[in-house]
Amino acid sequence: MVQINLPKNSKVQKGNYYQDKTGSKNIRKANVYRWDPSNGENPRVDTYEVDMDNCPSKVLDILNKIKNEIDPSLAYRRSCAHGVCGSCAMNMDGKNGLACTKPHSEIEGDINIYPLPHLKVKKDLIGDLSGLYKQYESIEPWLKTNTKVETTEIIQSKKDRKKLDGAYECIMCACCSTSCPSYWWNGDKYLGPAVLLQAYRWIVDSRDDEKKERLKKVADELKLYRCHTIMNCTNACPKGLNPAKAIAELKKMLATS
Amino acid sequence: MSAYKIIDHEYDVIVLGAGGSGLRAAVGLSEAGLKTACISKVFPTRSHTSAAQGGISAALGNMGEDDWRWHMYDTVKGADWLGDQNSIEYLCKEAPKAVIELEKYGVPFSRTDDGKIYQRPFGGMTKNYGNGIVQRTCAAADRTGHAILHTLYGQALKHNTKFFIEYFALDLLMKSGECKGLIAWNLNDGTIHRFRAHITIIATGGYGKAYYSATSAHTCTGDGNAMVLRAGLPLQDMEFVQFHPTGIYGHGTLISEGVRGEGGYLVNSKGERFMERYAPKAKDLASRDVVSRSMSIEINEGRGVGKEQDHVHLHLSHLDKSIIESRLPGITEAARLFANVDVTKEPIPVVPTVHYNMGGIPTNYKTEVLTGNGSEKTVPGLMAIGEAACVSVHGANRLGSNSLIDLVVFGRAAAMRAAELVKTGTPHEDIGESETEKCLERFDKLRKANGENSTSELRLAMQKTMQSKCAVFRTEKTLKEGVDEIRKTYDGMDSISVKDKSLIFNTDLVETLEFDNLIRQAITTVDSAYNRKESRGAHAREDFPKRDDEKFMQHTIAWCKGKDTKIGYRPVTKTTLTNEVQYFPPQERVY
Repeated sequence: MVQINLPKNSKVQKGNYYQDKTGSKNIRKANVYRWDPSNGENPRVDTYEVDMDNCPSKVLDILNKIKNEIDPSLAYRRSCAHGVCGSCAMNMDGKNGLACTKPHSEIEGDINIYPLPHLKVKKDLIGDLSGLYKQYESIEPWLKTNTKVETTEIIQSKKDRKKLDGAYECIMCACCSTSCPSYWWNGDKYLGPAVLLQAYRWIVDSRDDEKKERLKKVADELKLYRCHTIMNCTNACPKGLNPAKAIAELKKMLATS
Repeated sequence: MSAYKIIDHEYDVIVLGAGGSGLRAAVGLSEAGLKTACISKVFPTRSHTSAAQGGISAALGNMGEDDWRWHMYDTVKGADWLGDQNSIEYLCKEAPKAVIELEKYGVPFSRTDDGKIYQRPFGGMTKNYGNGIVQRTCAAADRTGHAILHTLYGQALKHNTKFFIEYFALDLLMKSGECKGLIAWNLNDGTIHRFRAHITIIATGGYGKAYYSATSAHTCTGDGNAMVLRAGLPLQDMEFVQFHPTGIYGHGTLISEGVRGEGGYLVNSKGERFMERYAPKAKDLASRDVVSRSMSIEINEGRGVGKEQDHVHLHLSHLDKSIIESRLPGITEAARLFANVDVTKEPIPVVPTVHYNMGGIPTNYKTEVLTGNGSEKTVPGLMAIGEAACVSVHGANRLGSNSLIDLVVFGRAAAMRAAELVKTGTPHEDIGESETEKCLERFDKLRKANGENSTSELRLAMQKTMQSKCAVFRTEKTLKEGVDEIRKTYDGMDSISVKDKSLIFNTDLVETLEFDNLIRQAITTVDSAYNRKESRGAHAREDFPKRDDEKFMQHTIAWCKGKDTKIGYRPVTKTTLTNEVQYFPPQERVY
C-alpha cells in the first residue's frame, strides 16, 4: 500500500523560545528550523527574539547574532558574506535566496528561516547538495578543444564572449534547482536549472569543439525535458540570472539541429 | 583517545585546501599520475578565491608592449625589497604561460577587439621599469577569481581528483622533523580521518578574520598556518598585513582596484583628488600600502567624509556607462547591496580594510617549506602554496592581481616538484600513535570545554585588538599594548565554552578550533610587528618612519608555542634565478 501519512519523525515540532535579554525595545522574532541528527529527536522550530537596534541589514546578520550572542549551537553554512561563494543559500520568508544579500527589511512580520526545500537536511539549515554536485560533474564542466596552439590564447570575439554573460556568473548556490517543482519530484534524473545553465554555458562557448556531443547528452526526456517552464528558477536566482531562458535556448537548439 | 574511531587513508600526495592554488596543484598532481586527495572544509567553489575581482597579472602584452622583467621590477618595488628575487623571477617569467593555460582550461576572460585576453591597468604595474602605466592585469569582467576557481574545479573533475569535502583539518602528522600527513574531522558524519601522504601541500589561504574589518570570508582563518605553528615550525613576515584601500565603509566588502584601473578615483571631504599629492605619477594607481596610508592620513587630519569623517569617497560615476556595465558589473551589484549606492550616480564610501596576508609559511621557489633553522633547509614531506605560503614574492606589500597569478604559478610548481620527489605507490612507513593522540587530545579538550567565555566573545576581543593595535599605522606604544592584550585574550581560552557537544556539523566546535588557529597567528603577527623597528611596505611605524635596509632587509621568522614566541631573521634572497635578468638593488620607493 502507498503510505499516505508522513513518517512520524518528519513532523516539525514547536521548539525552544529564546527571550531577549538585552532589554531592547526594537525586537523581531526569527523562527529557525532546527534538526540535530545526533539526538534522535524530531525537527523543531526555535524562536529567537533579536535586538534589531544592533543588527546590520541582512538575514545572515540575524543568524550571526543568534549564533554569537544567543545560541552557538545553531548550524548553517556561510563564508564570503557578499554573495559570491554561494554558501548561505536557504529559504527565508518562503523564498530561496542568499542570507548574506537578503535584507531583513524586505520581510514582514516574523522572519522564518528554513533550509533549502526538498534537500536531505544534514543539520539545522545545512542541506545535502551532493546530488546536485554529482549532476554538475555529469555535464563535464571543462573546455573540450582540439586547438593545437599552445603558446597563445584561443581567439574569441567580443560577440562570442558575450554569449557567456548570464551563464558563467552562476555561483552554484542551488537556490534555483531547489525552488523547482520538477526538480523536487525528479531530482534524481532531471538535471535541474542550475546544472542545465552550466551545460548551456559550455555549449555556447565558441572555444568548445564538442557542442554537438554536449547537446546530445542533455537531449533526454528526463534530464532536460522535465522543465515545464514554471520559471521559479529565474525568480529565485540571487544573482539575477535566467536559467529558464538558458533551458529554453537548449530546447530551441535541439529543435533546430 | 580510543573514543574516536579513526579511518585511515593512504595517498601519494594530499592537498589541504581547494581554492585557486590547491586546485591548481591537485590538477597537476592528478595529471602526473600521483594518487592525490584534496581535502577542504568547504565545497571547492565556496573558497575565497571566488571573491577575487580585478584580475590576474601576466606580461602578455595584449594591450601594448610588455616584458616579464618589467613585471618583476614592479613586484620587487611593490614588495619594498622584502621579496625574494629568485621567486619573483620565477613568478613573472612563468605568469604568461600560466594565464594561457587557464584560458585553455576554459576561463571566460574578457576580450579585446581582436579577440585576445583583455588586460586592464592596476596599481603599481608599469612599463619600462617605472616609466608609465601598463595594462597587464588579465580580467574576466570583475569576477576573475570566480571564473578561475570554477574553471579549476572543472579541471580537477576532469582529472578525477579525489575530494574530501567538508573535512576540517586538525593537525599535521610529524615524525622526526618530517611531515607524514594529517588528521581531519569529517563534518558530514563526525568521523576522524588519518591521511598518510609522502607530501602534504598546505593551501589554506590567509587569516584575515584575525581582524575586525576584513574583506576576507568567514572561513579565512589560516588553519594551515596554525597547524604549522603547532608542529613547531615557524611562520614568516607575519607583520605584513595588507589593507586594501577600498573596502565598503561599515561592511568591509571589497571594491576592486579595477575600479581605479578603469578610471575611478578617490576624493576627500574637500572634493580633492588627494592621491595626486601623495603619488604624483601613479596617483590612484600607486600600490595599495601607499594608497591606504594616504587615505588614513586624510582621515586622521580631518578630511574624511561622512558624519564621523572616517572614510573617503570612490568616484566612478564619470565613467562611461557601458564600461561600468561590461567591466564592473560585480562591484555595481556590491555597492547597491552593501552601501545602497547607485555607482552611475553616487560615489562609494570606502575605507582601508584588511585584505591579504603577505606573511605565511616560509618556502623556497619550489614551494618546499623551510625549517627556519639554517639558511635554506627544508622540511621533508611539506609544501605550502598560495596565500598560506610566504615564498616570498609579495615581500612587504603585494601588488593587486599578483595574488591570483601566485596561486596558479606556485600551485603548478608544487605539483611539478612533488612529481619529481614521489614515486607513486611508495609504501608508507609506520609512524606510531603518539601524534594522533596529541592531536585528538586537543580536539577532545575543546569539544568538552565548559567554561565561561564564549568563542564569539574571545574572537571579537582578538579582532578588536588587532584592528586597533596593529593597523595601517603602528607605534611602539600601540604594538606593546597589542602584545599584552592579545595574550589576555589567549588566556581566556583556558575557560572557553563549547555548547554543542555533537560531532556532525558541529559548527560551534569548528569556530572554536578556528579561533584557536587565529589567536596563534594574531600573537605571531603582533609580536613580529613589535620587533620590526622600521617602516617597509604595509608595516608603517610612526616612530621609525624610514626603511632600514642595513638592519631589516630580512624576513622575520616567528615560532609560537602557546603564547610564547621566538623571533628570528632570515636574509632576503638577493640573487636571481637565471642570467636572464639582473638583481634589482634597493632604491627609494616613490610612485
